[in-house]
Amino acid sequence: MSENLTRAFKLAALLALAAFPFYGTDFYTEVVAKILILAIFAMSLDLLVGFTGLVSFGHAAYFGLAAYMAVLLSPPDFTPASLWTLMPLAMLAAGLAAFVIGLFVLRTKGIYFIMVTLAFAQMAYFIFHDTKLGGGSDGIYLDVRPTAAIGGYTPFDLYDTVHLYFFVLVLMVLVYLFLSRLLRSPFGRVLVGIRSNEHRMQSLGYATFWYKLAAFTIAGTLAGLAGFLYAVLFGFVTPEYLSWHKSGQVLLMVILGGMGNLAGAIAGAFVFVGLQETFTDLTKHWQLLMGGVIVLVVLFMPGGLAALPGRILNRLRKEGRNG
Amino acid sequence: MDFTIFLIQVLNALQYGLLLFLVAIGLTLVFGIMGIINLAHGSFYMLGAYAAFVLTSLTGNLFAAIALGIPLAFVFGVVLEKLLFSHLYKRDHLEQVLLTYGLILIFEELRSLTVGDDVHGVPIPELFAFSIQLSDVMSYPAYRLVVSVVCIVLAIGLYFLIQRSRLGMMIRAGSHDRDMVQALGINIKTLYAVVFAIGVSLAALAGMLAAPLSSVYPGMGFSVLIISFVVVVIGGVGSVWGALVAALIIGFADTFGKVLVPEWAGLAVYLVMAMVLLWRPEGIFRKG
Repeated sequence: MSENLTRAFKLAALLALAAFPFYGTDFYTEVVAKILILAIFAMSLDLLVGFTGLVSFGHAAYFGLAAYMAVLLSPPDFTPASLWTLMPLAMLAAGLAAFVIGLFVLRTKGIYFIMVTLAFAQMAYFIFHDTKLGGGSDGIYLDVRPTAAIGGYTPFDLYDTVHLYFFVLVLMVLVYLFLSRLLRSPFGRVLVGIRSNEHRMQSLGYATFWYKLAAFTIAGTLAGLAGFLYAVLFGFVTPEYLSWHKSGQVLLMVILGGMGNLAGAIAGAFVFVGLQETFTDLTKHWQLLMGGVIVLVVLFMPGGLAALPGRILNRLRKEGRNG
Repeated sequence: MDFTIFLIQVLNALQYGLLLFLVAIGLTLVFGIMGIINLAHGSFYMLGAYAAFVLTSLTGNLFAAIALGIPLAFVFGVVLEKLLFSHLYKRDHLEQVLLTYGLILIFEELRSLTVGDDVHGVPIPELFAFSIQLSDVMSYPAYRLVVSVVCIVLAIGLYFLIQRSRLGMMIRAGSHDRDMVQALGINIKTLYAVVFAIGVSLAALAGMLAAPLSSVYPGMGFSVLIISFVVVVIGGVGSVWGALVAALIIGFADTFGKVLVPEWAGLAVYLVMAMVLLWRPEGIFRKG
């Protein structure tokens, strides 16, 4: 697709998203808000998997940690916390965790990296699952949503579904713009260089470890933003938020959309939740169908959705030539 | 700590470590030789345990169940390798992770559809359903000792298989230099299928042996998978003896962690892993 066509398509999609709450019911507005949050989560992982070549299978750890922070750092007595302190704090916690874990996991490569990220995420899962810190395996409630009040002025109300929806949408667009800008910067070029050939980047004099650590920390912080929003939207946090299922699901979103493509990650989130909703309507054993889809996608659809238009065009061209 | 209690914990640690070793062999060999990361490996352990439950209720005896289960697991491994995994050798790790993640979902749901989601117990075979008196008040269940002995015998058998047999020579050569093995005229496809099936059988056997000890429950495969990953990371990918040493380290760390700091025992294993990563990121036994 040409540059202009892609841009026009993205703009149309954004307009459709902005118009959605005025036509959809509250229920679907919440579903789409959930998808937009997962899109932030997927884009943050894409920074690692798609652009830096780091396959993290423990990305849910930072998502879940920030979700827990949203609850644990809120005042206990039903007074709402301030959004403008709670959100940065939750993100900071996730970013710090990613920084510390990154110091360990980035010493490894390839298969080791996948296993070690998974193991550390599982460790975080057990901390919340086995100790009384966050209500154990039952999880914990976020009693009141944070307030957006600054001084005496309240620009929007997170209890209003439409307000919450637009807050999430704006944040998702900001994350998209931030990551696009980041990837065009010299820093981003180094990351992409690391993906294609880390040794060469080292020979060129780049301290690749610290670049990777920076990417890992940024990705963890943004996953934290998603986890925070998820906790605010659902008002409930369980250890499942940190589980390998979540890590696997977000990886699936990235793959479905086609790695190394931020818009693709957003599309992947839509497709994943769409499939999930369809399958759960059909049967309680929906994971069987999801598993089948995953296996088929890996075997027959390399490159994900983003590569699909190109592949179809190629096929058509070939047939045009033959027929 | 009282000496008898200490002895019991040592025996427990050995038994747990040796079972982990059985599961980890398949993981580390499949990594080392085929370069494949298989998340579904824990599912073979889970399927083995459920097979033990179903076959024991049919035949009335765990040993009969194992005798039936092992060939089944081997055939299952060969079919799976031919059908799915053989397509993954040329793919990158990410696609392997994803496909095997999909397989976990499928295996778990198939298990849920056929056997259900209940926790089941498997009776200890009558022959070993007694305890050995260690002191006036302390005793140790004989079946746990049997499990350890079976694992040790298997480990010795594996030593001879890998170090002394022709197949073992091919396996060692394959983990060292795949292309050269092929150039020497060894059918690498058959070798892959056999190695994969051996890994599946050993994981399933571990599940069958563990079934009377831990009972049979959904999700048992994944917890074992994560710990096996830790074992492989500590031992070094592709190293069978590294896996043995690492599995024993983990067995002791976990068992004594539970005794000394019960609340934080889940973390002991990961702390060991973090320390090894700081010391030797490629695992203790990884060669050059």
